[in-house]
Amino acid sequence: MITVALDRSDDDARPWIEAAKPTHPSLIDTRHVLADFYNIVNVPTILWIDEGGRLVRPNDVAFGTDTFKHITGIAAARHHAALRAWVRGEAAALPEARVRALQSLPTEADQQARAEFGLGEWLSAHGRGEAAARHFARAGELAPHDFTIRRGTMPMRGVDPMGPEFRTMLGEWVKAGNPYYRPLPE
Amino acid sequence: MFTIIDDGGASQVDERTWTELAKRAEVAGRPVAIDAAERVAYLGVTAADRATALSSLEAPDFTLPDLEGRQHSLSQHRGRKVLLVAYASW
Repeated sequence: MITVALDRSDDDARPWIEAAKPTHPSLIDTRHVLADFYNIVNVPTILWIDEGGRLVRPNDVAFGTDTFKHITGIAAARHHAALRAWVRGEAAALPEARVRALQSLPTEADQQARAEFGLGEWLSAHGRGEAAARHFARAGELAPHDFTIRRGTMPMRGVDPMGPEFRTMLGEWVKAGNPYYRPLPE
Repeated sequence: MFTIIDDGGASQVDERTWTELAKRAEVAGRPVAIDAAERVAYLGVTAADRATALSSLEAPDFTLPDLEGRQHSLSQHRGRKVLLVAYASW
């Protein structure tokens, strides 16, 4: 297992990592490198990669616990069982054609949004918060349903990620039919 | 000085080089984000390049630090099954 925190800083991720005391690599991705490579638009997102470095389960929505089950309706057990069976070799992962069919690929607007995010992140990390905010806003316009951009930049913009701006975004996403971020079909 | 961020790395260049690099990336169809006032440009990766890589089903390799600053790459885990989990504190 490799966990990657799409967070503003080490310090944002630290309390969670220190509490979990992981024995697996627990990495910090302030620039959202992983989101760019894998077209990740929200967290948690999980992927399975086999011994040969091949994607055998594309971006999926799965949780480690049932903490948010009352909100998401997603029980952790389903993914845990599938994962266990795959790891033990009791069940195959998805066939290649199925993985491709289930993959969500980025659009040009998504990649432009990631460039705007990257610029904003650099400006923010270099103490130029006002300029950063302009690019985060532009990124959010380009990819309105990308939570890693619109919600993930809230800590950098001094906005509460549980507050009204998040609820507005969530409302828009639900109204649009929960695009891009939903569990894979059984 | 002007800053250009390409492939995650930032470099300082003069104005002419800065303008030229940004233009060249744009001509190549790459996403380019510019802050003229702050003199910073970010050169991104095209949707086509990302789509090609993902469709190949070869998991894109990445290198990221842990809390101690040690760098880890996905490719170090070749030969083992990997559950990759993206999460955040927000």
